[in-house]
Amino acid sequence: MTILTSAENFSHDGLQQLEMRLRRARLGLGVGVLGIVMVFVSFTSAYIVRQGLPTLDPRTNTLVHDWFPLPLPALLFFNTGLLLISSVTMELARRQVARSTTPTRAASIPNVFAGREGTILWLALTAVLGLSFLKGQWTVWREMEASGFYVASSPSSSFVYLLTGTHGVHLLGGIFALLTAGATVLFRRPAESRVVVLDVTAWYWHFMTLLWVYILCLLEFAG
Amino acid sequence: MATGEFAAHEAHAHAAPQGFIRKWVFSLDHKVIGLQYYFLALTAVFVGMFLSLLMRIHLIWPGVSLPLFGEIKPEAYLSLLTMHGTIMVFFVLTTAPQGGFGNYFLPIQIGAADMAFPVINMLSFWVTFLAYIVMLSAFFVTGGAPLHGWTGYPPLSALPSAGPGEGLGADLWVISIALFCIGALMSALNFITTTLDMRARGMSLMRMPLTCWAWFITAILGLLAFGVLLAAGILLILDRNAGTSFFVPLVTVNGQLAGHKGGSPLLWQHLFWFFGHPEVYIAILPAMGLCSQLVSVFSRKPIFGYKAMVYAMLSIGIMGFMVWGHHMFMSGMSPYSGFAFSVMTMAIGVPSAIKTFNWLGTLWGGKIRFSSPMLFAIGFVSLFVSGGISGPFLAQPVLDIPLHDTYFVTGHFHLIMGVASIFGIFAATYYWFPKMFGRLMNERLARWHFWFSFVGTYAIFMPMHYLGMAGHPRRYSELTEVGYLHNLLPLQKFITYVAFITIAGQFIFLFNLFWSMKFGKKASDNPWEATTLEWTTATPPPHDNFAGRTPVIHHGPYEYSVPGEPRDFVMQTDPLTVAVR
Amino acid sequence: MGLVLLIIIWLITLISTYFFIAKTWWFPVGASAAAAGIDHYFTVTLLLMGIVFVAAQGILGFFAWRYRDRGTSTVAHYSHGNNRLEIAWTVLTFILFVGLNLMSSSIWASERFRPAQPGAVQVEVTGMQFQWYFRYPGPDSKFGATKPELIDPSTGGEGAVGLDATDAASKDDFVTGTMYLPVGREAEVILRAHDVIHSFFVPGMRFKQDAVPGLAIHMHFTPISTGDYEIVCAELCGLGHYKMHGMLKVVSQQEFDAWLTARESEKQ
Repeated sequence: MTILTSAENFSHDGLQQLEMRLRRARLGLGVGVLGIVMVFVSFTSAYIVRQGLPTLDPRTNTLVHDWFPLPLPALLFFNTGLLLISSVTMELARRQVARSTTPTRAASIPNVFAGREGTILWLALTAVLGLSFLKGQWTVWREMEASGFYVASSPSSSFVYLLTGTHGVHLLGGIFALLTAGATVLFRRPAESRVVVLDVTAWYWHFMTLLWVYILCLLEFAG
Repeated sequence: MATGEFAAHEAHAHAAPQGFIRKWVFSLDHKVIGLQYYFLALTAVFVGMFLSLLMRIHLIWPGVSLPLFGEIKPEAYLSLLTMHGTIMVFFVLTTAPQGGFGNYFLPIQIGAADMAFPVINMLSFWVTFLAYIVMLSAFFVTGGAPLHGWTGYPPLSALPSAGPGEGLGADLWVISIALFCIGALMSALNFITTTLDMRARGMSLMRMPLTCWAWFITAILGLLAFGVLLAAGILLILDRNAGTSFFVPLVTVNGQLAGHKGGSPLLWQHLFWFFGHPEVYIAILPAMGLCSQLVSVFSRKPIFGYKAMVYAMLSIGIMGFMVWGHHMFMSGMSPYSGFAFSVMTMAIGVPSAIKTFNWLGTLWGGKIRFSSPMLFAIGFVSLFVSGGISGPFLAQPVLDIPLHDTYFVTGHFHLIMGVASIFGIFAATYYWFPKMFGRLMNERLARWHFWFSFVGTYAIFMPMHYLGMAGHPRRYSELTEVGYLHNLLPLQKFITYVAFITIAGQFIFLFNLFWSMKFGKKASDNPWEATTLEWTTATPPPHDNFAGRTPVIHHGPYEYSVPGEPRDFVMQTDPLTVAVR
Repeated sequence: MGLVLLIIIWLITLISTYFFIAKTWWFPVGASAAAAGIDHYFTVTLLLMGIVFVAAQGILGFFAWRYRDRGTSTVAHYSHGNNRLEIAWTVLTFILFVGLNLMSSSIWASERFRPAQPGAVQVEVTGMQFQWYFRYPGPDSKFGATKPELIDPSTGGEGAVGLDATDAASKDDFVTGTMYLPVGREAEVILRAHDVIHSFFVPGMRFKQDAVPGLAIHMHFTPISTGDYEIVCAELCGLGHYKMHGMLKVVSQQEFDAWLTARESEKQ
């Protein structure tokens, strides 16, 4: 295999290799994302089912509904904003790397000068925003606890913690991916690797944002 | 010795590793990882078998005191039962056919140098291994292993006070399963990407061996099902440890309120079986793919109805997601849903029947060679028929009324999953052993093993159907308390005696496996005269499978006894004299 | 080897089938109104599936022998299949399987889609580790309230179901450890569980239903023969699962009334 050095040009073979690696990585990510989606599909169905579930009240021997939607702290929406912006910065990083290594391709990618430093900046910003989101989620949890809503307080509170918690864990995984992407860019790994790693990281990150928006809508509108 | 057409190929992404750790422990080579999965499953199957032996002994001699173990108490019986089922289903049936043989042979059979993501492949094995260790550790903690069955229905599985072993043992059980789910999802990712993106030139999807189709569809099932089990596991962990009530309504145990309310035990059942039904297809599909392969190779005939076989497996896969409610006819689920699920369940019997007809059609007019893989393939067809035939009884809700949760069900799933699937693993071992280790397994010992297993397992599991019809419930640790069960004790005794003999026969296999690695007759690169790509490589295959080249495929994998050809088989890499497909 | 395979496969098939036909180990005599229909569909399924079983195994054994490699120069028949045959046996199998299912669905519908008839004898069946409790509503035909905090099996039947004595309707409820039903009358059972899932299974009545905590499941069946019928638990419920059994006594209407009266007078 032609191991590409830090030179930013790709031969025809090199481009073919890159396309193949990119296609394979994206396919793998898509498949993996589908696996994760099923976890949240299950949570969603449990959520919907639980809302409508009557339970036997032994006192009256009748079936009663015990679902009371939880008022969502406003901070949750601010956090959402952070995550949305982080997706933008992530996308900027991804495009920058993609552009910088394919100057000869007829591009759906606009032509702008590149710079490794720029990419690192965008990645760092994404990481900061991501971490702020997670910190914000943690604060939301403290707020909920302060209002008396712990994980086992009510069925709806259980789901809020469950959904935000599971998403948070996956986002943390995304942060690790960001660190890997940063290392890849910083330590001058082959250009091909940079493109692929940034691409996979970015799409995973966008999936995390989309997933979060979905969860928020579920909690807000289907509560 | 590679005949046929091969193209020049850029060197494999990573050079062959050096050093023991990189080569055999944290290997990125799909062949080594496949062997790691296989040997994990091998230890698991003997553990699982041993647990079942203890169960059988306790059933007919409840008070007997065994050396080293002492007396098996009723709760211990239930722990044995739980761990037997869990270990066999997850660490044997979901591991050896897919993680073991799939990992080893999928890339080779499609002409690739490795799996798409070797690092993820390695991680998936080690996560599975960790899950295995966690599962086994449940035996050694206070309270011991859980007693809630491999199906883990709450509230029994959610309340530590509900029984011995339901404390830390049950927590470890759930954690182990959650880890297993993660390993399985990673593995599925690899299989799907590899199959879709790494086939060699000329290897269209419809020219893939049916083993590859089986592994591919199994991976899709796994991808969509294990996430659901993982979700259920997370909810159960929360119910057990965080005081939530996803699955537990207001209950009391031993007169004490358990501290939950509002949850639904049926929610667990829905989630579990949404995973659980595709899981049984995950356990059987690779064996079906292999059976197709073997009846073709050893009848020297193309598989009868290749396209039908593919569509049958695809329909089984898709419909497999729509039948989970047939495990829940008696659960309190709406009877209308029950009706819908039952119609779907009967329908899913159709593609399975098609596959059976096609295997028979392949044998018809063939020139059958009774090698050890072929014996187990023929055994597989017989066992698949037997296990499958009891399905339509259970699929009808009205017949399920007397049969649900009786030994009829135990007989059914053991025949089709426990035995047929295991025969697939045996067949795969005898078949691919020469490619993996360069020697043939001893045929004489193999035949003994076959007869012990074939006759033995029929004698163990066919009688269970009779027990079930007579009303013998499942998961009973003793027959002493219920009047009408006393009459069934002789049959249970018969089953136990046969079990002893059958289990003894498995040691023939174990001995044969290890003895042949060192002393077996040396094998050529293609001792079975088969056409698929693994038989074009050296034995064992080099690190990148094809020694720096990539195969070019000219036709499908079942060109046997083609008129006008010099030999009775044409490798996939050799062009046909007369173009066929 | 082909011949040996044929013989062994045919033998296994013959022996297995024999025990199904000889009914050596079989269902107990059906004693409910639905039993005849259920047993009939079982027989139909057994017959049809039995034919498929014998045919498939028979063909397998036969082919293994008939098409063995005899060492001659005969060549296997080269063919990739036969589409018409595929379609034919697919359609036939589909008709057989789905037809079987639709046939038996009428009993499922009559047993499960309709509620109990008015005037049915009402019994609340409660499963709890590891006993069955049967509560009768008494002359007021109303079940009194129960409270989970009051559940205490050590105080006997009423304590086991957590009967709330402050509820007027509870005064005449009584709980027994043996289930009595009058012959020929539909019985409505209300299935409950207080701790884990149990399953109320009476083989003689061809009746089974899970008792699920948090639910009160209404089912019905009609006993048509007097006698004693064993009740077993059919859902793993803990270490005493194997000994969680009870007895259903089906008696004449007069005997049942006498028994009821005796129980009710005990409550006074």
